[in-house]
Amino acid sequence: MIYEAGKYEVIVIGAGHAGCEAALAAARMGCKTLLVTMSVEYIALMPCNPSIGGPAKAQLVREIDALGGEMGVNIDKANIQMRMINTGKGPAVQALRAQADKHEYGREMIKTILAQKDLDVLMAEVEEIETADRKVAGIITRTGARYQCQTIVLTTGTFLKGRIIAGEVIYDGGPSNQFPAVRLSDSLRAIGIRLGRFKTGTPPRIDRKTVDFSRMEEQPGDDMPWRFSFISPLPNREQLSCWLTHSTAETHRIVMENISRAPMFTGVIKGRGPRYCPSFEDKVVRFSHKSAHQLFIEPEGRDTDEMYVQGLNTSLPEDVQIRVLHSIPGLEDVHMIRTGYAIEYDYVIPSQALLSLENKVVAGLFTAGQINGTSGYEEAAAQGLIAGINAALKVQMREPFILKRSEAYIGVMIDDLVTKHADEPYRMFTSRAEYRLLLRQDNADLRLTDKGRQIGLVDDFRWEIYKEKKARLEKGILCLQNTTFTPADAGVERYLADRASAPLRDRTSLWELLRRPELKIDNYVEQGWIELGDPEVMDQIQIQCKYEGYINKQRDQVRRFEKMENKQIPSDINYDQVYSLSNEAVQKLKEIRPQSIGHASRISGVTPADINILLISLEKRRN
Amino acid sequence: MSEEAIAALSTPPGESGIAIIRLSGNGVLEILNKMFLPAKDKKMSERPTFSLNLGWITEDDGTKIDQVLIGIMRAPYSYTGEDVVEINCHGGSQPVRRCLQRCLDLGLRMAEPGEFTKRAFLNGRLDLSQAEAVIDVIRAKTDRGLRLAMRQLEGKSENIDEIEEGLLQINALVEASLDFPDEVGELDIEEATTILEFINNKLDHLLKAGRRNEVYRDGVNVVICGKPNVGKSSLLNALLKKEKAIVTDIPGTTRDVVEDYINVRGIPVKLMDTAGIRFTEDFVERIGVEKSREVIEQADLLIFMLDVTNEISQEDMNIYNMVNRERVIVWVNKDDLEGKKIRADQLEELFQDVRVIRGSVINEIGMEELELAVEEKVLGGILPADGLDIMINLRQKEALERTREQLENALQTIGRVSLDCLAIDVWGALETLGEIRGKTLKEDVIDRIFSEFCIGK
Repeated sequence: MIYEAGKYEVIVIGAGHAGCEAALAAARMGCKTLLVTMSVEYIALMPCNPSIGGPAKAQLVREIDALGGEMGVNIDKANIQMRMINTGKGPAVQALRAQADKHEYGREMIKTILAQKDLDVLMAEVEEIETADRKVAGIITRTGARYQCQTIVLTTGTFLKGRIIAGEVIYDGGPSNQFPAVRLSDSLRAIGIRLGRFKTGTPPRIDRKTVDFSRMEEQPGDDMPWRFSFISPLPNREQLSCWLTHSTAETHRIVMENISRAPMFTGVIKGRGPRYCPSFEDKVVRFSHKSAHQLFIEPEGRDTDEMYVQGLNTSLPEDVQIRVLHSIPGLEDVHMIRTGYAIEYDYVIPSQALLSLENKVVAGLFTAGQINGTSGYEEAAAQGLIAGINAALKVQMREPFILKRSEAYIGVMIDDLVTKHADEPYRMFTSRAEYRLLLRQDNADLRLTDKGRQIGLVDDFRWEIYKEKKARLEKGILCLQNTTFTPADAGVERYLADRASAPLRDRTSLWELLRRPELKIDNYVEQGWIELGDPEVMDQIQIQCKYEGYINKQRDQVRRFEKMENKQIPSDINYDQVYSLSNEAVQKLKEIRPQSIGHASRISGVTPADINILLISLEKRRN
Repeated sequence: MSEEAIAALSTPPGESGIAIIRLSGNGVLEILNKMFLPAKDKKMSERPTFSLNLGWITEDDGTKIDQVLIGIMRAPYSYTGEDVVEINCHGGSQPVRRCLQRCLDLGLRMAEPGEFTKRAFLNGRLDLSQAEAVIDVIRAKTDRGLRLAMRQLEGKSENIDEIEEGLLQINALVEASLDFPDEVGELDIEEATTILEFINNKLDHLLKAGRRNEVYRDGVNVVICGKPNVGKSSLLNALLKKEKAIVTDIPGTTRDVVEDYINVRGIPVKLMDTAGIRFTEDFVERIGVEKSREVIEQADLLIFMLDVTNEISQEDMNIYNMVNRERVIVWVNKDDLEGKKIRADQLEELFQDVRVIRGSVINEIGMEELELAVEEKVLGGILPADGLDIMINLRQKEALERTREQLENALQTIGRVSLDCLAIDVWGALETLGEIRGKTLKEDVIDRIFSEFCIGK
């Protein structure tokens, strides 16, 4: 028995990290939004590692924040430790990483979601997506409620036909022992969407009370207070440490002895797992020459004794997992609370989506997060935000919001997703971004706040903070450029000599002087040449100055890149009629439907010759 | 219309009367000004469209490369619809190569196959009825261009493989350290430097091999010089083994440059005899002298002749001082005659570090030694330890040189700049190398990271 339950402009299915961002964005943009979740308690659940950020991922979080998303603000409220990673390797790859308090993270997000105007939360399992004329029309829940809608954002993570595997034990299930979504998968196939199957895994959790930390190396947080969001207050809470240990020869012996029971190797697991997050048994087999693998013991929160064993994700049988744990220094007597497992799940092959994340087959259907074949909370949240924004823009009949590869990691990720066929879950790396030195975590606000404001996601509070920071930045740079010294100035002479820096030869500005690697902006303050300002602004000035040469190099590259990006391909082009394109190119172009020539040039199988032909053909059309 | 300026040889390669190098794009007239010395003192950027202009293409320091006719066609009424310059130079491979090199040095990019036509079309210079034909042309050119490039690298592409391999390795090291700091840790600067140096040597090797084979393909100019009546024409004839130059005992009989082709140990050599250089009132002869100076400057190799029966005079040394020491062989002629006026120690003192060969043209003494010396000198310094049979065209050479430039930048800055900046040069080198092969290497790096490092906490 199906009943009419209501009408929404945007319905978001799934309340993980993608779903939360999508729902909040759509509601904040003024759309009447429904967020459907299988379990309200599990909103913004972190079913795997208890951390957010790190290389490439920190950039994503900062970008989400600059656009008016929630992840940055939420992790600032709910962390137990922050560390800046890669500090010695340059600003492009420097990355903040937070250890999250998993429970607090969820609670804070639930509070925000429930308090959001125009956003309703519904606990239900969606069984069917209804379409009409290849457009979404509504959803039907397991209990028979039909909700009509204009757009749907599908953010179901690993729930679609989820299958949990730990050794010989196999059962249907979602992460953290939730129910899988079985019918929805079939419904998607029925409306013409192609699905693939991936695998991922999680390590066992252990009881803090049974860990011997004296045999491990302590990894405390940074003394310096950090924040992800450009609008959060700086934290001053006590931080909890992580602990470093390693596997032993005995560990590896236990794994090899039981390898015949490992589903990874017996053929039970068919879905392809990510190389960057290999199961422990995979590491032991593939890197047999390594006598030890690092393992990090990480608290899952302030109010729990559960700890996460980073590096030990496994689908070995439970009894083997316990023996493996006991062979690790400091875990000899450990009590395992949760067993590690692998999970196989259906995902929507992402090349079926446009750069807006709207499905090409079913209009108004957006997909985001793990369902698009990605991995990671940050990747999911970033897509969720973009999908939510574009669902709202579609409702409002506005142009889709698309970030270029030269503008944001988010742009790089979505372009990769819809363009390249990945045979493993996609994770963000800094090496995927061509213009990494421009796309830094420190300047995400400068890159994206304006855009967020235009969309309507950046509220007045954030906008004022941004404008003030920008003004201070511009003033600071001008001040450095306009303050000059001559070689005769005694103060500067002594200052340079003290730092073994060459004496001035002619009139030099503080800005030019700052380019010298041995000089730091902090010294300027000590010298009384400039006033102490906002540390983030000072840092920003220093980066822009010191890296100006390389930054300009990248800007030149971006100019060349954008020329091709700006050559749009009309959506009604018929590739079969483009004379002399190779067959492979035609097939790929028809599948991906690139939105620009630059986009087309990134599709594997489309050669430079094909691109030339395409250019000519476009020109012919125009005439 | 803000298109990057490009250049390419627009006539078929090989020997011909003239060759046309076409330049198109933004700022080509300004670039032309930097390398063109007009016969009449007029700035090219002020010359009218469709004008032909006589003058010389010159090196940075003003040295003339070739006398040329320059055609100027301003946008939009040109083949490509952009500002176009056509350089009509002499058709030998040397003038073409050097003129083109000069263009590239001044910042022009080598045109891709079919690129002029592509631009012509995109700028609306070809009408619709021609468009279908153009697609065919471009298709053909591009495919052939690719095939050509691949064929040239065929069989020996393991050289590029090796360089690519090295670059992937260093790139993986850098990127792994950036993306997986917990698992991989810091970059080992010493290891990275070693790899960079290894790649740099390989590249150098490849460029030299390419240059060597260019010598075998395009040949070299060898110029015989010396004061009048020292026996230059006799040497030329001995090498040609036929009469070409007029040989008399009267100084200054050879009034112009006489040239012909010979094969020296497999190398095509364009051999030139110059009018004896000396200070003279004879107008006709003076023209010959000036021409000779030019020829000397353009030579890949000079054979400077002395007559052992005459003392070394100031006139000899004046001529010798005109030649580049690195490109000269001294031939001491008539060594079989009595009454030598030049002592061995004198030669040693005057021609330090220069190859000196004593012999006789008339009695064919020392001729083989001379030929060996020519081969060694022409290939010297560029002769790799093993013989690489590889042809590198100018586009590939340009890409290889840009690769090397970025590598050298990386080598100079490693350990002094942060890793994210080093990565820009390392990645740039890899991407530039990818142009040669026409493939993108981005995924390769990521594949490499996973195959070499145990990643995943």
